[in-house]
Amino acid sequence: MTTEVGSEAEVKKEAEKLEPDTAKEKPEEASESLENQKTEETEETQDSSSSPVPTSQSSPTSRKERDPSEGKGISRFLPPWLKKQKSYSIAEPKDEAKKKAEGDEHVEECERQLPEEVAELKGEAAAENHQTKTDDKEEEKHSVSSAETQPAKEDSKEIEVEKVTEEPEEKLEEETGKRETKEVQTTEIKMEKAPQKAPKKIKTVQCKVMLLDGTEYSCDLEKRAKGQVLFDRVCEHLNLLEKDYFGLLFYENSDQKNWLDSSKEIKRQIRNFPWLFTFHVKFYPPDPSQLTEDITRYFLCLQLRQDIVSGRLPCSFVTHALLGSYTLQAELGDYDPEEHNSDYISEFQFAPNQTKEMEDKVVELHKTHRGLTPAQADSQFLENAKRLSMYGVDLHHAKDSEGVDIMLGVCANGLLIYKDRLRINRFAWPKILKISYKRSNFYIKVRPAELEQFESTIGFKLPNHRAAKRLWKVCVEHHTFFRLISPEQPAKGKFLTLGSKFRYSGRTQAQTRQASNLIDRPAPYFERTSSKRISRSLDGAPVGITDQSLLRDLSATAAGPTGDEAAVLAKLKNGESREEDGSPIKSPPLELTQDGKNNSLKVDGENIYVRHSNLMLEDLDKTQDDLLKHQASISELKRSFMESTPEPRPNEWEKRRITPLSLQTQGSSHETLSVVEEKKRAEVGIEETVVINEINEGKIQVAIDGGEPCKVEQLSKKDSSSTSSESSSSSESEDEEVGEYQPYHRVTEDVIREEKEGNEDAKEVEGYTAKVVQCVESVIEGSKEKVSIGHAQVAEESLVEGNAVSGTPEEKSFTEEAKQDLREEREEEQLKINGDLSHIGIDVKPQIICCSEPPVVKTEMVTISDATQRTEISTKEVPIVQTETKTITYESPQLDGSAGGDAGVLLSAQTITSESVSTTTTTHITKTVKGGVSETRIEKRIVITGDADIDHDQALAQAIKEAKEQHPDMSVTRVVVHKETELAEEDEG
Amino acid sequence: RQGAAHHAVVRALPESVCQQALRVEKGGAVDFARAEREHQLYVGVLRHKLGLQVLELPADESLPDCVFVEDAAVVCEETALLTRPGAPSRRKEVTEAMKIALESLNLNVVEMTDENATLDGGDVLFTGREFFVGLSKRTNQRGAEILADTFKDYAVSTVPVHDSLHLKSFCSMAGPNLIAIGSSEGAQKALKTMQQMSDHRYDKLTIPDDAAANCLYLNIPNKGHVLLHRAPEEYPESAKVFEKLKDHMLIPIANIELQKVDGALTCCCILINKTSEL
Repeated sequence: MTTEVGSEAEVKKEAEKLEPDTAKEKPEEASESLENQKTEETEETQDSSSSPVPTSQSSPTSRKERDPSEGKGISRFLPPWLKKQKSYSIAEPKDEAKKKAEGDEHVEECERQLPEEVAELKGEAAAENHQTKTDDKEEEKHSVSSAETQPAKEDSKEIEVEKVTEEPEEKLEEETGKRETKEVQTTEIKMEKAPQKAPKKIKTVQCKVMLLDGTEYSCDLEKRAKGQVLFDRVCEHLNLLEKDYFGLLFYENSDQKNWLDSSKEIKRQIRNFPWLFTFHVKFYPPDPSQLTEDITRYFLCLQLRQDIVSGRLPCSFVTHALLGSYTLQAELGDYDPEEHNSDYISEFQFAPNQTKEMEDKVVELHKTHRGLTPAQADSQFLENAKRLSMYGVDLHHAKDSEGVDIMLGVCANGLLIYKDRLRINRFAWPKILKISYKRSNFYIKVRPAELEQFESTIGFKLPNHRAAKRLWKVCVEHHTFFRLISPEQPAKGKFLTLGSKFRYSGRTQAQTRQASNLIDRPAPYFERTSSKRISRSLDGAPVGITDQSLLRDLSATAAGPTGDEAAVLAKLKNGESREEDGSPIKSPPLELTQDGKNNSLKVDGENIYVRHSNLMLEDLDKTQDDLLKHQASISELKRSFMESTPEPRPNEWEKRRITPLSLQTQGSSHETLSVVEEKKRAEVGIEETVVINEINEGKIQVAIDGGEPCKVEQLSKKDSSSTSSESSSSSESEDEEVGEYQPYHRVTEDVIREEKEGNEDAKEVEGYTAKVVQCVESVIEGSKEKVSIGHAQVAEESLVEGNAVSGTPEEKSFTEEAKQDLREEREEEQLKINGDLSHIGIDVKPQIICCSEPPVVKTEMVTISDATQRTEISTKEVPIVQTETKTITYESPQLDGSAGGDAGVLLSAQTITSESVSTTTTTHITKTVKGGVSETRIEKRIVITGDADIDHDQALAQAIKEAKEQHPDMSVTRVVVHKETELAEEDEG
Repeated sequence: RQGAAHHAVVRALPESVCQQALRVEKGGAVDFARAEREHQLYVGVLRHKLGLQVLELPADESLPDCVFVEDAAVVCEETALLTRPGAPSRRKEVTEAMKIALESLNLNVVEMTDENATLDGGDVLFTGREFFVGLSKRTNQRGAEILADTFKDYAVSTVPVHDSLHLKSFCSMAGPNLIAIGSSEGAQKALKTMQQMSDHRYDKLTIPDDAAANCLYLNIPNKGHVLLHRAPEEYPESAKVFEKLKDHMLIPIANIELQKVDGALTCCCILINKTSEL
């Protein structure tokens, strides 16, 4: 905790090296992000009031200081990750005190990362820089002694800068690892900003992959590499061309296997360090003889041997013996009485429970295979193995509707239902119309049987939501791979599809066969390594155990001195934004600093970047009663929503949202609104608005709050149209909760029918937006407090970055100013966005509705303006009320980066309002597709109204809590607190 | 290979079959002499016409149903599962003579010891690719599970059987990949179930009479497809259907007497095809 020197030096070093003018902030921010991750871990559970808010008062530009009490009051009830705002209200480059304060965290951070770094760096170890070494020593000393001197810092800093610039390729040793952390991260930021200035260091992570022959492949990957990169590397290492049958598995909780999605970043998928995968057959070819290359068959054999020994692929005694004998033939060649003495066999394992009798049988059969080449022996092995009933069946535990334990098996032909070992049902892909999941339930909709008229939906209960989703994904993938000619395109705009947009994106079997036909290379040489090794390591144990031992081994080697450090690493990793199923987040936490550089809104110290953990929000399975209640409320919601569909009456928030600011005060069409607001105004003493935006997948979207009027209008039109046309679906919020897949979407010629089904689906798969009732424009008495909360599935752990801002528009002029500022900022953002619009054309089909402009988040500013305007209006009819308005935005860092980085296609949008005694909740749900990846964004605006008696902070905290509970799979990425307080006239006077 | 066999186990019929054999519904009395003749003809075809090595177990008067050896054991490749017949009176058929006979053939004999399990071989249809097990009055889920455990290579699917004694009371294999199925509603329903359960598409041969749908298919070297089916005198319409099978050597067999006690063609033998030498 004493080594601020090191970090400080690094910071400066980096700053100078990368961008002398502005960069100082960046490392700072980066360090903050790290720190936040960490602090979040520790503080997550603490009562927020008890945890100190360091340096909150030391931020010179934080307007929040104008009314610190207010902010504190709120922060007291905010989750810790939100509360962090104050500390980082602004990145003040010269703020020495702050740096020091963070230094501690910083070094600690670096140290924790050390093992990982070391591992990485070792890989590239080469020329050693002596100066570096000495510096390192110096650094070490510094870090040991808490009383550090400024000059020393400066020294080390300069030296390091030199070092970096002179020897960009230098390989750092363990000791430099700490500092390297810093450097690498900054470099990454740099990359984001200016790719042309190629980074000298890329942060890499070591990946280990257990191969099918029992060996381990490891490589260093760029931290943000997609799964495909690793997979390609592994296949390259294996000299495997027909790779579409294979995949990389990683394990959650040591027994939950997950497929690494090639199209997504690795770090968004795997939770734990070290990155540990197993290379595995994903799609078992029903006819292995159709594989083009022997080497592919060989790997399939290896997989099957594993499957057999682990018991995953049950065989009879005879089959064990027969397959074993082919294995011997392939690996040892012809039986040789001299070489193959009686013991040679016992080194192999052929079955989970191998007996002497079986070994004898294997030997006996081995003798009969004389003359078979290894490739022929493999082929024979496969010909026999493919007939096994469980060949290629991916089993999942489930319960049927009566709670009976069953197994669901996904295979090339469809879905198999087992009870114990018995097949009790089977649904071939052609029979299945739709596959969906909702929470822990998995549903298939089945074509009507010959004499039946109606499709039936069959539900299964999976152990948990993750399992349901996993099963669903496996089904989608298997169906696509084995049944389709080409993968399904991303969901089209014209259909409303709910939930996860996951689709298999790889090649189908048909495609890979086609591609395989083009393979034109001499049969690659490869060595059939003995299956002894695997066999022994597996040791007949169940599958899970294998993997556990694997994990154990790797963590021992990779994690460094202590397991604790590995754990810390894992946690840090979690701190990075991650999503379970989302698209890659284009802008990592560090994006933040980019904004700092841009001098945009965030730099002005008006935002707090919040990121927090999905882990903490893991849904607890609700009881049946809950579900029923929920269903009831959903139908209620649906009904009310349907009723209001013809002319949806926008609620106050929506009206503002869709109404250009300029019109709002002038246009006659909006007078009604004004009046309503007047009424409210008259009695409002305090208005607090808290907007918590949670975005899916870390992309910006949502609250379209003004900006350039015309554009806003455009957007709002789309919003309303999609809302009305798709009003029956209230589940859009549940990206993670539900997913559906219609195998025949593409195949069916009857489009109308498909659409119909789509609508039905919408009803069926309704999400659970809690109890929501259509309720618009109610007059609220007393003070108001608005909390708008959205959800995203992205961020896993909170990461507080950015700055808090509080404005106190007590005068009109000030408001005007604020408005102006906002405009500018918005324009800036829009510029960014427009610049990226070209991407849309690439990713999106022509018929898809394109947003001419992605939604921009600037809610807080609009709120301020509105508030003021309303105040003005109200003053005409009611006693003059002086109000104080304050806005604080808490935001997740990836927000901006993604906003700039990607545009999307708006699929749907809807707004739901509900009201309770003192709160009005407006839920706005938008779904967009960006580059084939769906994104659901829920924005909730909660207006908490009441007079001083109400504990607004408490209410706000409750609102946030509820929001989190409602959408456990999403995370809060943005919170805007807008508080309007009526100042007592007497006081003012 | 479906239908391949080199051994067959049969059992002589005891006189008690006439009076004490179990039957679903009361019918005419069994003419023992005629029944015996029919059975001898049947065994003669297997032994002489088809060249199988027939192991004929002696009758046991205390076991009136012992001629129906099919119910006592399920043999697939080198493994024989001794069943636990659903009818308690038949349990002894399994434990004594049959066990010894199968062991003498060097089969890997598995016994069904679970007292909660019942399984009649007549409920087990092996298609060459998979098993279908009828869940009937005689066979329960547990019995089917043990069967699945015994023959791990194969999928074992269950088929509810309500209206008949056994699954094979209305169906059987009539060729490789060919299922002979009766025309009754229950039979057709069962076929649908089997078709749904299977990854494989079977051809079906619909037989007008359920009882005639139980036929015995063999694949004999140098003779090819051989089908023992019910005689035209018994089921003329059904016989016509079998006669359309041009690739098969058709051997009509009369089974008038044993049918009175629910006996069918498959019931009276266990076919054994061990791939490796004994």
